[in-house]
Amino acid sequence: MRIPRMLLAGTAGLTLMLSACTTDAPDDAAGGEGGGTGLTPDAEWFDPAEYEAQLAQREIEPEGPADEPWSQAIEPEWTDTAEFVHDSPEDATVCFSNASVSNPWRVTGFITMEQQVEALQEEGRIGDFRVSDAADDDNQQISDIQAFVDSGDCDAIIISPSTTATLTPAVETACESGVPVIVFDRGVNSDCMVTFIHPIGGYAYGADAAEFLVENLEPGSTVLALRILPGVDVLEHRWAAAQEIFGGSDLEVLGYEFTEGDGAKIKDLVSQHLQRGEVNGIWMDAGDGAVAALEAFEDAGRPYPVISGEDELSFMRTWDEEGLTAIAPVYSNFQWRTPVLAASMILAGEEVPAEWVLPQEPIRQDELQDYLDRNADMPSLHYAKFGGEDLPGFPEAWTDR
Amino acid sequence: MTAPTPSARRPYPAALAAFGRGGTATVLLLLVLVFVVIATQNPSFFQGPPLMAFAKKAAPLVVLAVGQYLVIVSGEFDLSVGSLVGAQVVIAARLIDGEEGVTLPVIGLMLAFGLLVGLVNGLVTTLLKVPSIITTLGMMLVLFGAVRYWTGGAPTGSLSESFRVPGRGGIEDVPFLGQLPWAVLIALALTVVAVFLMRSPFGRSLMATGDNDVAAAFSGVRVQRTRTLAFVGSALMATVAAILIGGYAGVTAQVGQGLEFTAITAVVLGGVVLGGGRGTVVAAALGALTVEALFTLFNQLYLPSTIQPSVQGLIIIAAVAYAARRGELRLPGRLRRRPDHEPEPPLGTPRR
Repeated sequence: MRIPRMLLAGTAGLTLMLSACTTDAPDDAAGGEGGGTGLTPDAEWFDPAEYEAQLAQREIEPEGPADEPWSQAIEPEWTDTAEFVHDSPEDATVCFSNASVSNPWRVTGFITMEQQVEALQEEGRIGDFRVSDAADDDNQQISDIQAFVDSGDCDAIIISPSTTATLTPAVETACESGVPVIVFDRGVNSDCMVTFIHPIGGYAYGADAAEFLVENLEPGSTVLALRILPGVDVLEHRWAAAQEIFGGSDLEVLGYEFTEGDGAKIKDLVSQHLQRGEVNGIWMDAGDGAVAALEAFEDAGRPYPVISGEDELSFMRTWDEEGLTAIAPVYSNFQWRTPVLAASMILAGEEVPAEWVLPQEPIRQDELQDYLDRNADMPSLHYAKFGGEDLPGFPEAWTDR
Repeated sequence: MTAPTPSARRPYPAALAAFGRGGTATVLLLLVLVFVVIATQNPSFFQGPPLMAFAKKAAPLVVLAVGQYLVIVSGEFDLSVGSLVGAQVVIAARLIDGEEGVTLPVIGLMLAFGLLVGLVNGLVTTLLKVPSIITTLGMMLVLFGAVRYWTGGAPTGSLSESFRVPGRGGIEDVPFLGQLPWAVLIALALTVVAVFLMRSPFGRSLMATGDNDVAAAFSGVRVQRTRTLAFVGSALMATVAAILIGGYAGVTAQVGQGLEFTAITAVVLGGVVLGGGRGTVVAAALGALTVEALFTLFNQLYLPSTIQPSVQGLIIIAAVAYAARRGELRLPGRLRRRPDHEPEPPLGTPRR
């Protein structure tokens, strides 16, 4: 069979060569998907009005006690909850449908939430606390929520949705059952819940990181963007904001890479970029594996880049030890306290903000030492702004996880 | 193209002929092809340090592929290696938690754990007669779930510097190469060990078991023991891979995910026949290098990561089809395509 053999070999070769030719423009092709310069945000993920609003919210002084950021709210519109008042809150059952604990950020947050529950139970402000974990499965979470509704035991339902569109009907079902519903972290396309709790958002996060790189790099410097996954709204918003800011700057964006947050992949990708040329700055849409990216520079014998990571401790410790020029954008982990606090307020008939926007401030050089000292006993993969220092069980609950 | 095209008439040494028959020639051709395209994109790739960086990254997969080879050539599968790598790294991070002193004991514990997992895989498959694809799928889920439960969902702790030496360090200041990574030497050493193992009586038994376990049993091979040892070998190799991967990039929540399929892909690309009894260690190792080279190539081409799996799939199918056309892959009878007109047994007569 001579001809098919040649044909196959030829086709294989041709495929490789063709793909080589068609995308042979590493300097201006930013990763490929977006095409062109790649610095125009994808309209699907970029809402200019929301972007402007989030950037503005960063400057607004939140209401509430300054030493309890989890109780603060930015421009709250208070909503009346008298209809949900519970006669004996110490017997009230609070149910929580969790999307998952599949990453260190969620693990840290969930520990904080459990400790907050313990504190509220001791004060007699809530009773039983039931949790279901959907392990990132939309269908599982829909049936978890349905089970809570069907049981009729829940006096308040807290939901951390796994995805926005798919979970919307399930959240609406929960609302229709008449118990107060609290949604936090990722949102849904509905306003039936009593309160929606979230930090400022993805645009502000991406902008904090991108602005820092623009301020701290010489014009013409090169920046590599490391992203976890495509198509997740909270992450896409971060990148859209960065595109917007890089697009208006003199920095040269080499491209973006999807890493799945896998340290080995990050290190390999960064090493390859270093083989091909200079990388002066690293922008990340989440700090997972920031240390692996830095190690690629170290192992290649190159100077460290200006980097935006996250308030994850192994990154912050490396930042301190190596004296990096860095910023830790924060997606406020302390927001995990707020939903249970909101539940206790609702059960007591107190007003809560309809949209509870929590403050979200990056950690900069001047605060680095303070946060490292506060978290000195905490393990790697813990988040500095977890906000649980005053809760029972501190620090053991977080150190012995 | 630089790859040798075997000419039918010219006699060539027997060793070379054996080399070709094992499917090694195809995978080598593909590897050279991929390297050539990489070189056109990035001429500096073949200067020492980038090449060593590539080899360092590829070493764990080579180790995994050699382990997977042992199981596949004996006629079984091991789907649990990805989860095992993940579990081992997470166990190491949690137990070491940055303390240098406990590094060696923890590595010992990891090897013991790997041994245990391999033994369970092997014994369940051979003694309980559970098909290995089910046994190891089950083991994959058991390990994944157990680690999630143990860590509360995501890993904590950190690896010590000395733990990271094999995966990250190397012999410094080697002329031309820069750093000669330990990982490369370890992968090379394990491949050589596996080559000699396959030439030993045990290797022959393993091959015979995969080819036809009934015939092997009649000729005196202790089939169950042989297969169990293959699983133990695979699990130990996965443990070494875990040490290399953890060393390479530290601990993240995603470590190990999907590695079992990458390893099987590497082995198949090397021309090792699923179902057992055919293929060489060297081909499996070259398959692993090829898979890693493809990943590198995709990255050099700025191929969108969303389409990468599809291109990878097409290339694998094309490569295996090419090898089959060349007649390098002589499928064992039970996997060979059925004749077009299989005589249908008359109604009422029981099938054999």
